[in-house]
Amino acid sequence: MTPGEPLIRWDWVASHATEIATRVGEHVELAAIAVFVGFVIAFLVSLLVLRFGRLEQAATFLTGTLYTIPSLALFALLVPYTGLTILTAEIGLVGYTLLILMRNIVGGVRGVPAEVTEAARGMGLTRAQILWRVELPLALPVIVAGLRIATITTIGLVTVTALIGQGGLGYLILLGIQLFFSTPLIVGAALSVALAVAADGALVLAQRKLTPWTKGARALPHAGLPPGT
Amino acid sequence: MTFLTSVAGWFADARHWQGTDGIPTRIAEHLELTALSVVVAAVIALPIGLYLGHTGRAAFLAINIANLGRALPSLAILAFALPVSFALGLGLGFWPTFMAMVPLAVPPILTNSFVAVRAVDRDTVEAARGMGMRELQVLRSVETPLGAPIILGGLRTATVNVIATATLGALVAGGGLGRYIVDGLALQEYERLFAGAVLVALLAIGTELGFGVLQRASRHTATVGREP
Repeated sequence: MTPGEPLIRWDWVASHATEIATRVGEHVELAAIAVFVGFVIAFLVSLLVLRFGRLEQAATFLTGTLYTIPSLALFALLVPYTGLTILTAEIGLVGYTLLILMRNIVGGVRGVPAEVTEAARGMGLTRAQILWRVELPLALPVIVAGLRIATITTIGLVTVTALIGQGGLGYLILLGIQLFFSTPLIVGAALSVALAVAADGALVLAQRKLTPWTKGARALPHAGLPPGT
Repeated sequence: MTFLTSVAGWFADARHWQGTDGIPTRIAEHLELTALSVVVAAVIALPIGLYLGHTGRAAFLAINIANLGRALPSLAILAFALPVSFALGLGLGFWPTFMAMVPLAVPPILTNSFVAVRAVDRDTVEAARGMGMRELQVLRSVETPLGAPIILGGLRTATVNVIATATLGALVAGGGLGRYIVDGLALQEYERLFAGAVLVALLAIGTELGFGVLQRASRHTATVGREP
C-alpha cells in the first residue's frame, strides 16, 4: 500500500510463523465450536419440527431473522451483555449456522421417498427406528450439503469477530488494515479462504465414506438406496 | 434494562439526528453505497446469467459461482480491495468498500438469473418460438418475466448481503451505519454501538421484507399473465 513496498514481505511471514500458526489454530477452534454447537441445536430443533410440524413456521421465522441480521451488528448487539469475549463470538457464529442446517436436516428427511418409509413401516419398524435407521441415513447427503455451507460461511465469519477481540486469522487482516501493511492482510485472507476450501474438501470426503451409495450421483435425496434395503 | 434505556436516550437525542454523523446522513450513505454496488453488480451479472440460462451453457460455472462467493470472507474481500484502491489512487472510504461489495453481489444475481431462465417450462419456450419470436424476444418477453421471482430472489440476497457487509466499510474510513458500530467499539460507547447495530439490522430486515413483497407481486403477474 506504500508505493515501492512489495505486496507480500516473506521475511515478515517467516519471522511471524509462530503467530500465524496460533491464529490458524484459533480460527479452526472458533469455527469448529460454532459448527458443532450449531449442529447439535439445529438437529434437536429439526427433530422437534419433524415431530410437530406446527413448530416449523416459528423456527424458520426465528432462525431466518437471525440470519438476516448483519454479522457485525449481531456481535455489536451482544457486546454490551457478554463483553468482548469468545462467548459473544460463538453466540453470533452459532446463530448463523442454524437456518442453513435446519433447512437441510428437515428438507433431507422430508425428501426421503414415501415408498421407502412405507416399506420400513411394513417391515415393522417403529417411528423412531424409521427416523434413525432409514430417514436420517438417506438424508445424510443433504445434511452434509448443509454442513458444508454452514462450515464455509462460519470460517468466513470468524474473521469478522476480530473486531470484538477474537477472530483468528481476522486479527491478521485487521492488523494489515490498521497498519496499512498488506502482508498480514493477504496472509490472513488467503489462509482463511484456504481453510474454507480444505474444510469443504474434508466434508466431501467424509460424506463419500459415510454414504458410499451416492457415489457419482451427487447429493440428491433420491440418488439411490443403500444396497440391501 | 438501564442499558436499553440509555440506548433509547441515544436515539432520543436530537444531536444524533443531524449533521454529518447524524442518523439520516449515515442511512443515506449506507443506502447510496448499497444501491450503487447492487446496480453495478446487476449490470454485470444479469446479462451473463440470463444469456447462459437461455443457451444452457456453462451451467457448472453459473451454479457454482455462488458457492465460491460464499467461501470468500467479506472482510477478506475488503482487505484485497484496499491495496487495489490505493493502486488506483482512489484512497480510503467509499471506493474500496464499493470494490469489495460488487464481487459480493455478483454471484447470487448471476446464479439466480441463470436458474430462473433454466426453470422456465421448455414447452412454453418452444411455443414462443413457434409463434415466430426471435431468441432475444423469447428471452425478454417470456423467460425473463416468468423467471422474475427467482431473479428478484438473487437481487434480494445480494442487496441484503451488501447492506450487512457495507458496515465493514467503516473499518477503511468509509461512512454508513458501520461508523456507529466501529466508533462505538473503539470508544467503548456501547449505546452508539448498540444503536448502530439496531439500525443496520432493521435496514437489512426491512429490505428483505420489501423484496419479499416484490417477489410475491412478480409471481402473481407471472402466473396470471398480462394483456400485451
